[in-house]
Order: sequence, then C-alpha cells, then structure tokens
Amino acid sequence: MDPLRRSPSPCLSSRPSSPSTPPCEMLGPVGIEAVLDQLKIKAMKMGFEFNIMVVGQSGLGKSTMVNTLFKSKVWKSNPPGLGVPPPQTLQLHSVTHVIEEKGVKLKLTVTDTPGFGDQINNDNCWDPILGYINEQYEQYLQEEILITRQRHIPDTRVHCCVYFVPPTGHCLRPLDIEFLQRLCRTVNVVPVIARADSLTMEEREAFRHRIQQNLRTHCIDVYPQMCFDEDINDRILNSKLRDRIPFAVVGADQEHLVNGRCVLGRKTKWGIIEVENMAHCEFPLLRDLLIRSHLQDLKDITHNVHYENYRVIRLNESHLLPRGPGWVNLAPASPGQLTTPRTFKVCRGAHDDSDDEF
Amino acid sequence: MVGGLGPRPPRAAPGRAWARRAPIGCWARGRGGRRRRRRRGGAAHPAARPRPPPLVAAPRPRARPARPPPAATMSTGLRYKSKLATPEDKQDIDKQYVGFATLPNQVHRKSVKKGFDFTLMVAGESGLGKSTLVHSLFLTDLYKDRKLLSAEERISQTVEILKHTVDIEEKGVKLKLTIVDTPGFGDAVNNTECWKPITDYVDQQFEQYFRDESGLNRKNIQDNRVHCCLYFISPFGHGLRPVDVGFMKALHEKVNIVPLIAKADCLVPSEIRKLKERIREEIDKFGIHVYQFPECDSDEDEDFKQQDRELKESAPFAVIGSNTVVEAKGQRVRGRLYPWGIVEVENQAHCDFVKLRNMLIRTHMHDLKDVTCDVHYENYRAHCIQQMTSKLTQDSRMESPIPILPLPTPDAETEKLIRMKDEELRRMQEMLQRMKQQMQDQ
Repeated sequence: MDPLRRSPSPCLSSRPSSPSTPPCEMLGPVGIEAVLDQLKIKAMKMGFEFNIMVVGQSGLGKSTMVNTLFKSKVWKSNPPGLGVPPPQTLQLHSVTHVIEEKGVKLKLTVTDTPGFGDQINNDNCWDPILGYINEQYEQYLQEEILITRQRHIPDTRVHCCVYFVPPTGHCLRPLDIEFLQRLCRTVNVVPVIARADSLTMEEREAFRHRIQQNLRTHCIDVYPQMCFDEDINDRILNSKLRDRIPFAVVGADQEHLVNGRCVLGRKTKWGIIEVENMAHCEFPLLRDLLIRSHLQDLKDITHNVHYENYRVIRLNESHLLPRGPGWVNLAPASPGQLTTPRTFKVCRGAHDDSDDEF
Repeated sequence: MVGGLGPRPPRAAPGRAWARRAPIGCWARGRGGRRRRRRRGGAAHPAARPRPPPLVAAPRPRARPARPPPAATMSTGLRYKSKLATPEDKQDIDKQYVGFATLPNQVHRKSVKKGFDFTLMVAGESGLGKSTLVHSLFLTDLYKDRKLLSAEERISQTVEILKHTVDIEEKGVKLKLTIVDTPGFGDAVNNTECWKPITDYVDQQFEQYFRDESGLNRKNIQDNRVHCCLYFISPFGHGLRPVDVGFMKALHEKVNIVPLIAKADCLVPSEIRKLKERIREEIDKFGIHVYQFPECDSDEDEDFKQQDRELKESAPFAVIGSNTVVEAKGQRVRGRLYPWGIVEVENQAHCDFVKLRNMLIRTHMHDLKDVTCDVHYENYRAHCIQQMTSKLTQDSRMESPIPILPLPTPDAETEKLIRMKDEELRRMQEMLQRMKQQMQDQ
C-alpha cells in the first residue's frame, strides 16, 4: 500500500513518485476534485431539510424569533385574547415551509410548544416533547429497517431545540434545569436568553455567567458539545461560541428607519433596539450558528449520535432476535423507558467495543 | 436493435417480490425534472450533471467557512419586502438574506475533511493491458513488484482476488482508491464458472456492509463494496466470447459493469466501429445489463448534451494504456512507440481513454457509487432478508404465531395475546412430552 501522497502545487499538480520507480510524468491531473462538484450538484437537486423546535414559556417571543430568523412569516404571532384560556396540556404545533435562496431549497419545519411551563403544576411537562422527539426517531427507524426502503428517507427528526430562558437575571430555574437535563441527551439544545432588551449589558454578562455555571454544575451538555469537536480548528471555533452561549437575543418583525437604513427592530421611547446590531443583541450570532455555519453539523450530530443512541436502545430492547445478521423485529416502544434520563453518552468517533453486534 | 447503450431497461426481475416505491422524500425535484427510477422501467431521470472540467485549472469552489451569498431573488410569498441597500453598504446586504445558501458549502466542507473512497474492479484475461490501464488512469504504479507466472505455473492457478489500496490527494481532496484485481480469470484450460470467486467476493462485501449497517455500532463503517467493474474484452475476437457473456451475466445484477475493448491499437477505426456495434448487439441479445449513463437534464445546454450523446455513442470504450512517455511533435506524451507512428493515449482521435477517464473520475464517480448503494446493495439486502424470512418460517413446526416481517409494531394487546398463545403452545408440548415418557415407561 502506497503512502499518502500530497500534491505539491495546486496548479501543476505533478505527482511525486516513489523512489524505486522512474518518475511517472503527469500530463494533466487526474481530476478527483470534480467529485465534490458532483456531490454539490446532487445535494442542490435534492434540497435540504431542517427541523427546529422552539421551547419556552409563552410570551417569551418564540414565534417572533422564528420569523426573524427565517425572515418570513413562518408563524402568525397572535397573542391569545383575554377570553381564551391557555391550553391545558402541552400541545405541539408543526409548520412546514419551503424557502429558497440562490437556488438552494430548504424545507423548514418549525415545531412550537405552546403551553410549556404555563400550568400551575408543571411536573412532567417535558414528556410530550420527549415523546414527540422519540416518535420522529421511531419513524425514521421503521423506515430504515424495511425490506424495500426508500432511497431518501424523509427526515422529520428534530435537529435543534432552541430553549428560551426568561430574563430573570438571577440564574436558571428548577424547571429549566429539569428540562435541559432530560433534553440534552436526546437532541441538540441551544439555550438563549429571551427578551434580552430588559437587561443591561452588565446584567447580561452576569446572567450568562451564572447560567454557564449552572449548566456545568448539572452536567448539561448543550450544543456545540465539546466531545464532538473533530479537530483543532473546530475546537477553536466552537470554544468561541461556547463562551457566548447562551446568546442574549431580541426578536422583532417590524422594520424601522435608522440613519436612512431600514432595520428590523423594536421602537421604544428611548431608542430603537436593532436586532441585527451586535452591539445591541446577539441575534446575528444565533442566526450564524443555526443557519450559516452549523446547520449541517446539527443534522450530522442528530443523525450520527442521538439517532444512533436511540437505535441502540431499541435494538437492545427487542426480544426476538433472528438467527441471521442485522434484521430485527422491534418490540413496541414503551414510553416509560425512553424518557427517564440515562447516564450514558456515546462519543462521536470513539470505538464502542462494548456495544458490539449480537 | 438499440443503437448504443440507450435508456435504462426495466429492472424488475422475475421471482423478486419486492416493489420499489417512488422516492417520496425527494420533494425538491428541481426544474421540471422527473424522478430517477432505477428499478421500474419508465421515464428518464434527472441526475447530477456536472460538466467534465477542462484540463486547464478553472477556479473551483473551495470549501470555506460560511459566507452569506450575494443578493439573490427570493421566491416565496412569505418574505418581507426588504428594500435593497445601497451597494457600498455590504453589511446591509448580509442582513437581507437568511444565509442558508451556504449549505452546499457546509456539506462540501465535511466531505473534504472526510475524503472519498472508491473501489474499482478490473477483470479480463491476462495480457489485455489491465495493469497498464490502471496505471494510466490513476498515475500510480500498483504492480511494481509483480512477477508474471509462466505457463506451467498458470495451469494450476485458480482465480485469485487481490486488493491494492492507494491514497490519492489532489487539491486538498482525498481519495482512497481500492483496485481489486482478478489474476487468473479465464486463463485455465477449463474455465467453467471461473467467475465464481469474483461473485463470492462481491457478495461477501455486500454481506459485510449489511452486517455493519444493521449492527449496534455504526460509527466507522468501512465501505468495501465494489463500485465499478471494468471488464476487458479482447480485440482479437469477433465480439463477445462465451466466457465474457458468462462473466457479465453472473455479475450484472451485483456490480456496475463497464465493458472496454482492450489494446485498441491493433485495430483500425473501421474495425473498431464494427466491433463496437457487434458488442452492443450481443449485449442486447444476451440481456446483459451493463452500467447505463444517466440521462441529461432537459435544461442543460447544447454543449453538454452533445458531450453526453458522444459518451453514450462511444460505449464500449476502446482503450489503450501506456506507462511510458514518448516524444511526439516536440511534446512529451504518454504513448506507445511503433516504427509506423506513435499512439497517443490521451489523444481523442486515437482511442477513448480520455472519455473513460472523464467518465470514471470526473463526471460519473458519484453516480457509480449511488447506483451501487441504491440498486445493487438494496437488491442484495432485500434478497437476504427474504431468505432469512423463508428460513425462519420453514423451521417453526406450526404456523408461526409471531409476525415475523417487520410490520408496523402491533399494539400491546395483540402482542400480549400472542405471547399468551405461545405460552400455551409450550405448555401443551411439554405435556405431550410427559405423556409420551409415561407411556414409554409403562
């Protein structure tokens, strides 16, 4: 087996040869980087999918934030009228849109969770959410083990969950901690400080600091997870992000005129809070993380880590194992088992010898 | 007679109970494109259609950290009407757009980091120039220390499978190329079923992948499946010989076969044309499914369509390989020096080597991998699972009480009922055993 050969210069790309053979001259490169073009074109034709879930108490600006992120009226943000009682149990609403930019089509699914944390007794309010997430994994798993499966399995798994922390200024509440602990094992969680325009800059920093401490104390691993950094560049990039998480964001869907430019913002008597101004709030960071730089990474971690964890649990649960390789009859999923927090976590890239096949 | 290797024939084979569902998930069909159908006959399909890049290095999109694209039109009615900012204020242009147009670059970046792998099999009688061709294609010499066997040694030789792996890196893109060689094929006196070791090897790779994919730890699955098989046809015959037909029929449902006419420098152009036509006829006559090039999009430009047509018409490719460089017209070219002239390998007028190389590496590598993954492997997997199913139903003495096919999971009550019945059955069998024992004891 020949050792890895590196092409010395990008334009000539002449290949160095091993010392024992006479130099084999290249008259034209082999051209393997064209494979990337092939991949790209195929990806563009197929389109992309992205599923995001927003969780938080009502009134924290979740729908407005989603509208701001995708610059479209994904949700009609209508505050419930006075006469309408809040929903008694947590319901999940999903809305799907196809948005296109520069020839790239994105099928965006946003799942909202009205009623989260709004009751008097909020015990187990996370169960419907966990149930929904696991249901999507189950659907994908069932598709995957079919005998004749589709070429492209429709992906409805939740890739990212944005958790809105109310701007109390103190620290994470017990509800927040319980929820985050359970969710960070099943899905990528990105906590944000909602409605950050009620905090001054110093208050924000102090709040952020305390939240980070809380997360560390309770071993809550939010996205980007440190154990999934693949190489040193990733680590540097992600460490910068980890310093600023949770982002303090402000959402707005109205435009105002500032210095002759039209900006999205909130107009108050004492000034205009510009959503996309880094000095005012950290919305650009959130948007860049979710869409411009880490979207594919979010999907990859969901597929390679969280979905695989789920699959391993399900395969281990099934009692009927065939004599041949690989194809199983799954026992029906029992809801109780999957929502209790498990203490194991599979690291990406590490060889897990204990979980070898049957 | 179908001129050239035309549109893909229907794939349904008798005896196969599967039905291929249309890919529902492929919701973004692009501009009026048609779905790609592999198994059922029918409409031609759109596919990735990049152009073969010119030899002069054109600027290639590099993987870079996500940058928002320049202004583009938005097409949904849900967008805000955002006023275009003045050109000098680039920051504002950034803010106009959501920015997910960088998605292909994000995917791109990961693929560059991960690198690609490709497994190529070469098959054919010895002396047809297989190693030389591989050398010319990938510009690496994998057979430096090969010792050619003499005739006596070859009599007792069986077909072997040899794997050579080489890592190639060009412009930051890593390719792990595996060449599977089949020395001894067709060399013996009695060549009956000499392709069996090869089909066994291909099946073994599929099985290995199937196990890995269905196992618990799917982190680092090695993909050793054979993506393409270059089959060398001898130019000295009159078309396909029986061993050629036997080999291709044994492998056409498992691997993408690309037939080649080897050592094409011993034929004049008219002979090459006749031989190609003959081979195409025979391939049709024997019902061999060689690798079909996917159809062009209807909205590609004429240039591209022309190239695609030429590619389809020149199959099977007549190739010449060379690992020596000679001087021709003042230039150094890869070729073969004869007293009557110089054969240039990379001259399109002399042979189809350039077409083969472009097809294999620059335009169709990914498609070859896709067809292997989506068609051949899925066929194998479906077949395998059905075999397991039928074996299980044969083994159980009574009708199997447990639904074996992976149907949608039955509800809890049915499962309980089934388990109860199972228990009853077992108890009855035990009682029967006990009674038999008692009778024997008496």
